[in-house]
Amino acid sequence: MWNYIKLIVLGLIALLAMIGANYGRDLAYQVNFITIALAALATFVFVLRQTGEPVEPTDETQYMDDVIRAGVIATSGWAVVGFLVGTTIAFQLAFPQLNFEWAQGYLNFGKLRPLHTSAVIFAFGGTALITTSFYVVQRTSAARLWGGNLAWFVFWGYQLFIVLAATGYILGATQSKEYAEPEWYVDLWLTVVWLSYLAVFIGTLMKRREPHIYVANWFYLSFIITVAMLHVFNNLSIPVSVFGSKSVQVFSGVQDAMTQWWYGHNAVGFFLTAGFLGMMYYFIPKQAERPVFSYKLSIIHFWALIFIYIWAGPHHLHYTALPDWASTLGMVFSIVLWMPSWGGMINGLMTLAGAWDKLRTDPIIRMMVISVGFYGMSTFEGPMMSIRAVNSLSHYTDWTIGHVHSGALGWNGMITFGALYFLVPKLWNKASLYSLSLVSWHFWLATIGIILYAASMWVTGIMEGLMWREVDANGFLVNSFADTVAAKFPMYVVRGLGGVLYLTGGIIMCYNLWMTVRRAPAVQASNQFVPAE
Amino acid sequence: MAQKPMKKPAKAETSTTGHSWDGIEELNNPLPRWWLYTFYACIVWAVIYSVFYPAWPGIKAATPGLLGFSTRALVVEEIAAVDAKLAPINNKLASVELAAIADDAELQGYAISAGAAVFRANCSQCHGSGAAGAKGYPNLLDNDWLWGGDIEAIHYTVTHGIRNANSDEARVSQMPAFGRDELLERPQIEAVVNYVMSLSGAAQDATRVEEGAVVFAENCASCHGEAAEGNRDLGAPALADAIWLYGGDYATLMDTVINARGGVMPAQSETYRSAQGLSEYEIRAVATYVHSLGGGE
Ligand code: HEC
Ligand code: HEC
Ligand code: HEM
Ligand code: HEM
Repeated sequence: MWNYIKLIVLGLIALLAMIGANYGRDLAYQVNFITIALAALATFVFVLRQTGEPVEPTDETQYMDDVIRAGVIATSGWAVVGFLVGTTIAFQLAFPQLNFEWAQGYLNFGKLRPLHTSAVIFAFGGTALITTSFYVVQRTSAARLWGGNLAWFVFWGYQLFIVLAATGYILGATQSKEYAEPEWYVDLWLTVVWLSYLAVFIGTLMKRREPHIYVANWFYLSFIITVAMLHVFNNLSIPVSVFGSKSVQVFSGVQDAMTQWWYGHNAVGFFLTAGFLGMMYYFIPKQAERPVFSYKLSIIHFWALIFIYIWAGPHHLHYTALPDWASTLGMVFSIVLWMPSWGGMINGLMTLAGAWDKLRTDPIIRMMVISVGFYGMSTFEGPMMSIRAVNSLSHYTDWTIGHVHSGALGWNGMITFGALYFLVPKLWNKASLYSLSLVSWHFWLATIGIILYAASMWVTGIMEGLMWREVDANGFLVNSFADTVAAKFPMYVVRGLGGVLYLTGGIIMCYNLWMTVRRAPAVQASNQFVPAE
Repeated sequence: MAQKPMKKPAKAETSTTGHSWDGIEELNNPLPRWWLYTFYACIVWAVIYSVFYPAWPGIKAATPGLLGFSTRALVVEEIAAVDAKLAPINNKLASVELAAIADDAELQGYAISAGAAVFRANCSQCHGSGAAGAKGYPNLLDNDWLWGGDIEAIHYTVTHGIRNANSDEARVSQMPAFGRDELLERPQIEAVVNYVMSLSGAAQDATRVEEGAVVFAENCASCHGEAAEGNRDLGAPALADAIWLYGGDYATLMDTVINARGGVMPAQSETYRSAQGLSEYEIRAVATYVHSLGGGE
């Protein structure tokens, strides 16, 4: 019965999407709707083939791990794609000739930059968060994911969102809001997927067999709820036509800017920080086989973090049309945010502190140490950059780019690599990874890559900031903008090389994980519940 | 949250909270003291700062802060201070005879450094930060001028621009599109291009130079001059000096003669472009700067 309803709904979606594609007013819209129609048809066929077949009863005492395996594969793939595009745009900035004539309008820097940010944050980071949260919430709740195949819907729905967003960018559909580029229909789709994600997560927590909710899950939950709220408010817009991709924002002027950076900063705070702290709180104690350093610290820094982050957005708009009072508030809240952010670093490092001996033997632990270290560094740098006087130097410069990537490559990247190395042997029932020395290689390539990236961007950032404000005795500017661009060239090449190293590390990881699945010796499956008493 | 920091944790191992999730336990360690005190210090600092600076929104307006700080007021003040300091010399620059600027070494030195700054912000995007130009954008370092290289001519060019809709007095002229408008046959164009090339080096096809010379005399000399020496009244470049605005290879020259060219430079004076325009002293400064670059007459 249920299957028939599904078939009707899927058929309707496919039909409507084809109608949309037919009447579509722009190429991006048409291609997106053809994609939707194909996805609906594929699902239709899949459901149809199952209909009438005897249903194998799911073993409700087992964890739902298929979707997590799929997520691990997708995360690894998106990592390589995202880093590849990042490295490409890094070289495009150094060598503008790489904006090839034949690719104008499709693969030039302006098109690839949002593709990069979305590929790394949403495709790589987002899939990693969904995947690990499904793993962690099951293990720490001793319960199977709630909602049956809803988890699969979340996974595939999110992948569809990524594909729609990415093809949209290349073909020119964008709201031009950083990190919120996808147009209205893609936003609506993400809302559906995200609410389903929330339902799966809360549903699983509700049927948990542990008396308490583990701290990692608080972080994941705050991330899911806040991102839902941010996404909806920042994307409030009115489509110009139901058959076109263009839409108009409901806010305008400085209100729009403030909404955008309220969103943007909390995308950092909840997507790239809270969510990844959830990851850290599970995988670090597991890998180190040590208890979490301080329960009390985890509660206090959790609540402080989520209450304060929300107010810090205006530090992205210092010295703009934003009123001074808002800018002051953004600044002071950012300073207050320093210690709550460091709470996570302390808990991570002190948990690892019990396992310093493993540092020599276990490259995965080393990755985690580096990750938490970069987290601490970028959350010190961030409050510093939000001080108005500092920001007047750093704003619009590569310093911001350096800050972003010390967080993104160091913190988000490394902790995700650690989690993937932890997960693959567990999920495919292998005794160990295929090769620890390849992990070591990955560790060193990535670490050197980050250092090249961050250091070169600090140099260019501070240099260009100083060059922009350099005036002679009469108050006249000394440098033209093009002079500052020319001066950055060598450091742009260094950054690009950093990207190559980081990307190479990512490819080695994929190879290692693949070989683990293919070659590493198997062990007995172990995905039965083990609730603690 | 404000609990007193607990007694020092035992060196060996603190107790756990007693929970366990998938084997993960949590220790009962107290908050690190330095962490807690730094957190408090940040909060105290934040409160104090927000009293001194504009911060808390109210119904009508936000608290202005005890210091009366305002980023907008600061900018206005800084600009006013610089303007006041430079007013005497700027007024002088804007009012003396153009040709007299060169006689006053101090004024000229000032004009060149001010003009260099104006150039970086307003001209370098087209003429290059070193003023060496690019295809279609003339090099301002040499003495090959389209419209004239004395200070008055440069001043006029900058004020009114070239072939634009901003100023009625912009410099204008238009070379005919000989190919597109079918004023010449294709063989004639090929021939004249060969002739033009022969003036500054080698023709593509030497046998056609003579034929081209005839075409040139009949169609081009009126603007470019009998000897292709150019005509500044029309902004028609010299074609015999091996200096090219658009390019001197065969294909580019064919394109130039078939489709013609008409470079546009916006008027720079604030009279014609209210928001982005330059004031009189800035125009004179930049004209003096360009004049000083090497090609000035
Ligand atoms: C938008 C591009 C643009 C900007 C900005 C611009 N120019 Fe020009 N300029 C041109 C072009 C194009 C020409 C050549 C027009 C032609 O083909 O006759 C030109 C010509 C000139 C000439 C005449 C050269 C000659 O050989 O006679 C001078 C002098 C000049 N520009 C000075 C300046 C100065 C000074 C500024 C800044 C205040 C400036 N330009 C800003 C595009 C620009
Ligand atoms: C009505 C006047 C006029 C006539 C007639 C004319 N030109 Fe020109 N020509 C110009 C002007 C003005 C320019 C400069 C265009 C610019 O600055 O963008 C020019 C530019 C050129 C250039 C580009 C020079 C460079 O440095 O790149 C070439 C070549 C040229 N003309 C060739 C010819 C030939 C050959 C003929 C005859 C078939 C001809 N012109 C007839 C006015 C004329
Ligand atoms: C191989 C690794 C990477 C390289 C070479 C790289 C390169 C780049 C480049 C060249 C830019 C544009 C900078 C500019 O416009 O000046 C950029 C922007 C950005 N990247 Fe990366 N990147 C990499 C990995 C990542 C990762 C893993 C993340 C996040 C998880 C990330 C997040 C971002 C963000 C958020 C921006 C926009 C920054 C801003 O607008 O301030 N990048 N990256
Ligand atoms: C306490 C924590 C943090 C604070 C107070 C903070 C503060 C800041 C400031 C002041 C800027 C520059 C704004 C500008 O001048 O335009 C910035 C940019 C940015 N930060 Fe942070 N940061 C923090 C942590 C992080 C972390 C951990 C990450 C990533 C993992 C991160 C990612 C970014 C990104 C992506 C941008 C660029 C936004 C853009 O302009 O596109 N931040 N941050």
